[in-house]
Amino acid sequence: MYRYDQYDQEMVDTRVAEFRDQTRRRLEGKITEDQFKPLRLQNGLYLQLHAYMLRVAVPYGTLNGTQMHALADIADKYDRGYGHFTTRQNIQYNWIKLEEAPDLLADLAKVEMHAIQTSGNCIRNISSDQYAGAAADELVDPRPYAELLRQWSSFHPEFLHLPRKFKICVIASDNDRAAMRLHDIGIQIVKNEAGEIGCAFYVGGGMGRTPMVAPLIREFVPLDQLITYSEACLRVYNRYGRRDNKYKARIKILVHEMGKDEYARQVEEEFAHLLEQGIEPPLAELERIKPYFADPAFKIGLTEKADRSDDKFARWVDSNCMPHKAPGYVAVTISLKPVGGIPGDASTAQMHAMADLAKEYSFDECRVTHAQNIVLPHVEIGRLNELYGKLVQADLATANIDQIGDIIACPGLDYCSLANARSIPVAQKISQRFEQNGKGEMLGQLKLKISGCINACGHHHAGHIGILGVDKKGTENYQLLLGGSEAEDTSLAKITGPGFDEAGIVDAVEKAADVYLAQREDGERFLDTYRRIGMDPFKEALYA
Amino acid sequence: MKILTGNDLLTGLVTWWDGQGWSPHVDDAVDVGDEAETILAREEAARRVNASYAIEASLDENGKVRPAHIKDRVRALGPTVRPDLTLKPAEPEALNWVI
Amino acid sequence: MPDNLGTSPDDVQFRFRDDEVVDHAAVTVDAFLDQSNAAAVRIEPGDDARELLPHLERIKLVEVNFPGFMDGRGYSSARVLREAGYEGEIRAVGEVLIDQLAIMRRCGFDAFAPVNTLDEADAERAFNLWNEVYQKTTDGRAPIWQKRHG
Ligand code: HEM
Ligand code: SF4
Repeated sequence: MYRYDQYDQEMVDTRVAEFRDQTRRRLEGKITEDQFKPLRLQNGLYLQLHAYMLRVAVPYGTLNGTQMHALADIADKYDRGYGHFTTRQNIQYNWIKLEEAPDLLADLAKVEMHAIQTSGNCIRNISSDQYAGAAADELVDPRPYAELLRQWSSFHPEFLHLPRKFKICVIASDNDRAAMRLHDIGIQIVKNEAGEIGCAFYVGGGMGRTPMVAPLIREFVPLDQLITYSEACLRVYNRYGRRDNKYKARIKILVHEMGKDEYARQVEEEFAHLLEQGIEPPLAELERIKPYFADPAFKIGLTEKADRSDDKFARWVDSNCMPHKAPGYVAVTISLKPVGGIPGDASTAQMHAMADLAKEYSFDECRVTHAQNIVLPHVEIGRLNELYGKLVQADLATANIDQIGDIIACPGLDYCSLANARSIPVAQKISQRFEQNGKGEMLGQLKLKISGCINACGHHHAGHIGILGVDKKGTENYQLLLGGSEAEDTSLAKITGPGFDEAGIVDAVEKAADVYLAQREDGERFLDTYRRIGMDPFKEALYA
Repeated sequence: MKILTGNDLLTGLVTWWDGQGWSPHVDDAVDVGDEAETILAREEAARRVNASYAIEASLDENGKVRPAHIKDRVRALGPTVRPDLTLKPAEPEALNWVI
Repeated sequence: MPDNLGTSPDDVQFRFRDDEVVDHAAVTVDAFLDQSNAAAVRIEPGDDARELLPHLERIKLVEVNFPGFMDGRGYSSARVLREAGYEGEIRAVGEVLIDQLAIMRRCGFDAFAPVNTLDEADAERAFNLWNEVYQKTTDGRAPIWQKRHG
């Protein structure tokens, strides 16, 4: 994986010094909270319900064991012994003190990590496929391109005061595991007819209160123009993005209101101009970055079969292991969704355990997934039994990836000041219900996503089943949505009808699941059945 | 009644105006009547509190302060999904008070 | 909006140029395009700096107004002018704060007239904080990628 050179290190160290000084000026009263807020946000520091919350960037979701250990140490030293992995492949701490935040950032910098631009109206952490470098179906490893974009977007002087936040995602496979088209810019690395590698640009996707799937605005941007084209996309947005209404400020609204063709035309005009400015790093820079992501020394001649005599183990293999490009290996997903647990939370001990396992079993690498789980990307099939035993000991062996228990949930009203309702208790009750009634495994792939308010941090629009917390005259209420997908078949979920209280929403999810179980045809997932039979049978069951 | 709340500037922890200073316990909160803006402006300027605001509250049958909105009750206690991290880790029934 | 606005030389707190300060008031972009003798113009966030490009040779001073520091359109405006070869003064006026100084410099600003005078020591630190930069702009600084590859 990527390692900092002296320049990258200097940038991150300078940022720590800058934030230390900004914090000093705030505490001395030289700047107001209104002036300080955007500064702390661009260093990942929010003020939430109970305390300051810090979001640490995990660029394109990739971490090594040392970094995971450091995240655990930070949870102990500065927080209350746990962290929350997020849908944007980052980690959040919930109990940070402002006075200690600069020291925390300095500790992060020691392991080549930071919280730069993890919030605020700027280009955020670049996300990517959690199986990058391991997936059998990828064209190339997308991460070198993501790293190139990371450096370009970090401290970009023109784009630190955009109309609104800006999220970029880079993938390199036709199977989308990163919700690429729900980003402000989604880039897919593709091959053109001449066999050259380049980038397809999708611009103007997003969730929040007006969810939109990004349209394709350019089929092919050559690799040696990637930065220049991105800069053109951003400049047009900075110029015309709406600033009169925060809820209409995302680029999705601009592309929608201007029309994708007119937006694309303006980008082309700016692109032609910028090509003459020589702002593009040479291809040699990409070539410098690539070897960091070269394959680790995969062994050959490994066994391709695990001993499946233990039934629990076999179930875990079936749900948590994903085929690998190298024979004899799999990518293992560690579920952070124990039955009745808090989705995405990991304790200090669990983070240390995952760090050790990454060192021992996965070439010292792990990944954070947008579904709030952790991946060990390169594990020998022959060592799966051993690994599984250790995961059981660390309480990390839940076998439910992409099943109904693998719920994505935002922090909701338990932590978030914008929330209307709690998300986590709903997730806990649903996972318990489906464990008790034994239907969880029977349902197969069923992606359930919960947000505590319209901002959609829990991706409810993209859930096969989505749940949205709303405020009904001061009490928590939940709307049910069906039919969303964040994958290559991206679609936005639709609301079933009137909302439910907390107990009611758990029942409603079970009823929807039952409709599927009764009506499914061979090989159909919940989503497929919904698409075939439509909303009505579900409505009948829910509101009869 | 009208009470004042915010977060401590240094630690970020939830605080309530008790008439003289800021307390972590909602039960210490006092009715400020129409003084809210004056007190908040003064306390913010002195950097003794951050992100402060006034809320409606009532006294329950035991004379305890109960913020009107669930969000402020969650703030007063702590995350309902981690009773161990709330202000009353030994009283699981406190969670019912929030809802 | 009055035709004559803008800052006077006295309002300029930091200036990174040796030429003489223009001391006649800046006019709005619309007024500038109407009258052929103005040499100082003021860009508001909603103005398109590209409209000035045909007239660069007669401009001595461009003021870019930041009515609020969160509105970042002025950064693009300044860069557009520099990219077109404009070499006169670009002055940031309005809500210019310590933590914007370095990035404004990178976008081509070479004079600063903040509404509220800034602490000299804090400003000095801010101007000199960043030894390295990741992106190429027109400020002449070599980006990191250029240093890596000679
Ligand atoms: C607790 C503090 C958080 C706050 C205050 C917050 C705030 C917001 C807001 C205001 C939006 C809507 C932006 C818009 O539509 O313009 C948003 C979107 C989003 N947030 Fe959060 N969020 C928080 C936590 C999280 C967490 C924990 C995650 C991951 C689990 C997350 C992931 C996202 C995602 C994926 C979106 C959708 C992006 C889009 O609209 O395209 N956020 N957040
Ligand atoms: S969806 Fe709403 S409640 Fe959930 S984290 Fe985002 S802003 Fe908070």
